[in-house]
Amino acid sequence: MSGDREEILKRVGEALAPLPERSPYPHYDTDLTVTFKDGSVDPWVRFKSMFAAVNGRVFESVSELGHWLLESGHTHGCCDPDLVDRLRTAFPEGLAMETGFDRARIDDYAFGITRARGAIAESGTLVLDDRTTWQRLAALAPWVHVAVLSRSDLWRDIPTAVDNLDDDPNVIWVTGPSKTADVEGILIEGVHGPGEQVCLLID
Amino acid sequence: MKRQPIDTYVARLDAEVRTAVHDNSAAGTEKRHDVIWADYDDPDRLRRTAGAIKQHTLENLDTYLPEVEKRLQENGTHVHWASDGDTANQAVLDILGKAGLKKLVKAKSMVSEETGLGEFLGENGIECVETDLGEFIVQIDGDHPSHIVKPIIHKNRRQIATSFERAGLGDYNDDPEVITRRARVHMRRQYLEAGAGLTGANFLVAESGRIVVVTNEGNSRFCLAPSRVHIAMVGIEKIIPRERDLSLFLNLLGRSATGQRLTVYTEFISGPRGQGQPDGPEEMHVILLDNRRSEVLASNCREILRCIRCGACLNVCPVYRQASGHAYRSVYPGPVGAVLSPLLSGEFRERADLPKASSLCGACNEVCPVDIPIPDLLLRLRDRAKVEGIPSPGVPPMGAWAVLATQPLVWRSALVAGRMINIVPRSLIPVPAFQAWQGKKDLPTWRGGKFRSWMKQRRERKEKN
Repeated sequence: MSGDREEILKRVGEALAPLPERSPYPHYDTDLTVTFKDGSVDPWVRFKSMFAAVNGRVFESVSELGHWLLESGHTHGCCDPDLVDRLRTAFPEGLAMETGFDRARIDDYAFGITRARGAIAESGTLVLDDRTTWQRLAALAPWVHVAVLSRSDLWRDIPTAVDNLDDDPNVIWVTGPSKTADVEGILIEGVHGPGEQVCLLID
Repeated sequence: MKRQPIDTYVARLDAEVRTAVHDNSAAGTEKRHDVIWADYDDPDRLRRTAGAIKQHTLENLDTYLPEVEKRLQENGTHVHWASDGDTANQAVLDILGKAGLKKLVKAKSMVSEETGLGEFLGENGIECVETDLGEFIVQIDGDHPSHIVKPIIHKNRRQIATSFERAGLGDYNDDPEVITRRARVHMRRQYLEAGAGLTGANFLVAESGRIVVVTNEGNSRFCLAPSRVHIAMVGIEKIIPRERDLSLFLNLLGRSATGQRLTVYTEFISGPRGQGQPDGPEEMHVILLDNRRSEVLASNCREILRCIRCGACLNVCPVYRQASGHAYRSVYPGPVGAVLSPLLSGEFRERADLPKASSLCGACNEVCPVDIPIPDLLLRLRDRAKVEGIPSPGVPPMGAWAVLATQPLVWRSALVAGRMINIVPRSLIPVPAFQAWQGKKDLPTWRGGKFRSWMKQRRERKEKN
């Protein structure tokens, strides 16, 4: 409330006034936090191993992804209209895709395919944002989320990914499937969001 | 001996619950330890740096607050200020009223626990649904969270299954997988119906006005994706100065809270949804809440405002592990709560026992990602209670000790008399506790007075030289 603004700022000012000096901002290198420093390791190798460590799946061929979806019974889903033609030609028979997301049928989509903005090698993280995700719910509601990642969009470490936060109003880092350990500390995946987090690499 | 209030909670605690709380906390500490030491040679450097950044921010809040307000507004976010919890709750109600909404889905937010938002909205005809699985179970049970990160650490699967059955979420089934699937089905209806989503913020970046919300379940993402309105309720101490600081804080938060390198979903939000994006809020509101934080800032315990709510100090605390969260009788349990709750509740006198329920072992400081000197702060609060003349519960009888320790002559005679213990047969000492103990162990020979004579000789030697 408008009076509250002045009141809070006044109280904060009064709280700080008696301090003889204020602590300075410490100078540090963001490299301090980086756990991926070995220059001889290919960042893609790191990404794949970290992504697997958080139970993510990487596919490097569209047809392999298609067969996995089919075999695991995820036969109907939704897909970014910009990607659908390219994927459809390589998918096996028996997979149906819509290019819209109807909220009234939220449980009808076993998989959702959206583009990823990038990925972080250090932590095995996918980066999604509003600009590249055609529809947020398509990346969230289906049991399987397939993030389609271009091979040119890999950032080496977390500080680099932070540096690349741009003016997109919604950026989300996804490090594995949705999970909880609220019940007796037992890990269960697929609480609200995807139970399977997939990354499809394309050129 | 008079007991501390916390002891009465411990005594009432079901044995099964105590084991669950203990084991789950201990496992959390171990996971944190393994991950942080596997990845960093000197994690203390990270903790100290993060602590220094937060301390700097707090001591310059008078400039950071207007800065963050400006950035938020430039991003198209409405900024509200609330000096107390009631004002913050009212602000939420007003926003919903203007938008014509009757239902709110809510991600986990300690600050909204603090203001009693859910209850307030309920009284005002707004349905408020907790979406974090643990918080949802707390809500259908009419209970309170007992841990900052693991709200239902005090419940087992059988209790949860019973609650689900009672809430009409299916027949009794205590398989954690089934419980989780049922919550999934139930919750997505809530998300789609609500129209408004409320989150807290783990961080609020002054430089960009970006708020950062982390969850493992993805519920905060789901609270926002189908909603028209996003409300973030944020304590004024959540600010960090720059975007570059995020790497440090995110790396520390995940590892300290759950032993993860990064929490699954880390969402960076700087305003309403992007152009062309069909999902996500059309309007965004940030409520900046004081609620006595400025009082804490003025006190000699301002370091506690560095806290990033990871829960590591709860997990490691020998008192928390025995007592569980409700024993702290406030929103924030454990070591951080023992400092924060007496200060934030406005009832210092009623909570003045909490800083005393600690052995000052220092483990909480050792694991703290922002290096808060919690034991020092507990001592400062004990001192304040003493100065304010608040009676101290549960202190063992120290009268005889006080007589000994304040009168040198009595002290010296006692030391000499103590030698009697070397002569008297142990079986004749009429103290039951001693008798029980002495069957298994023996006392070392009484050497009372050695230190005093050593000091005396040392002084004499010094004088000679």
